[in-house]
Amino acid sequence: MPDVERLAHLRDAKDLMDRDYAEPLDLEAIAQTAGYSRFHFIRAFRGAYGQTPRDYLSARRVERARELLRNANLTVTEVCLLVGFSSLGSFSARFKADVGISPSEYRAREVRRGGPPPIPGCFVLMWSQANAQSGRSRAPARSVPSATSERKGETR
Amino acid sequence: MIKRISHAPVWVLDQDSAKKFYTEKLGFEVRTDATMDDFRWLTVGPKDQPDFEIILAKPGPPMVDEEAAKAITALVARGQLGAGAMETDNCQRTYDELTKKGVQFLQEPADRPYGIEAVFRDDSGNWFSLTERKPG
Repeated sequence: MPDVERLAHLRDAKDLMDRDYAEPLDLEAIAQTAGYSRFHFIRAFRGAYGQTPRDYLSARRVERARELLRNANLTVTEVCLLVGFSSLGSFSARFKADVGISPSEYRAREVRRGGPPPIPGCFVLMWSQANAQSGRSRAPARSVPSATSERKGETR
Repeated sequence: MIKRISHAPVWVLDQDSAKKFYTEKLGFEVRTDATMDDFRWLTVGPKDQPDFEIILAKPGPPMVDEEAAKAITALVARGQLGAGAMETDNCQRTYDELTKKGVQFLQEPADRPYGIEAVFRDDSGNWFSLTERKPG
């Protein structure tokens, strides 16, 4: 059987990043949550989730930024700081690498689409997580959730 | 015609611990806890919803073979399986209550088009949405 206890500790570390992504999380503290030294933590996390903790955290921040850009009336700089990036440069670079277009282009496209697709937020959260795990090796950069859903009268 | 869903399974890693979690933390009631040979049939449900039961199932024979059980166990422990959405009349208050009891949340209550939603895990690692629906 898999080492459930070990996986649960790594899961705690991942949940910490999902929950507190907006905080200035450092790797040392995240590793401590899982009961690992920094070095072993990076390896163990990658073993379980297919990407480094740093990449996971950045992907989570970009995903949360996409949500704010879709839904909130904030400037790109405000969104950048709200999701935990400390510089606009690194935010824009990472966003473009993940999504394929810049944050302002992304928002303009979402506005043209007429609002967010009727998909429950919990699924968007988990979708981006699974996609982050498989998306690293995919080329070109992964796309955003398709908004071509059918709207049947009303959203749930 | 199918009338309603009466049972749905959730894979759990330890049935004793799951029973405690679902009753003591989530406030569910035990509907059945019966053991036949090595097989334990354990179901729980919310007090306000008597016609629906969650089967707290342990991955293993006879439901799945050993190899499948290993794969399911790893998925659950890694936190990658979502088991459903639960409704509350007050998301923030339930969030506060459950947090106080030590339930782990990976998303605080957030405003969505369909309501206020938080996301938590059970003691095995399954994630659930906790939603207060918007009226209408």
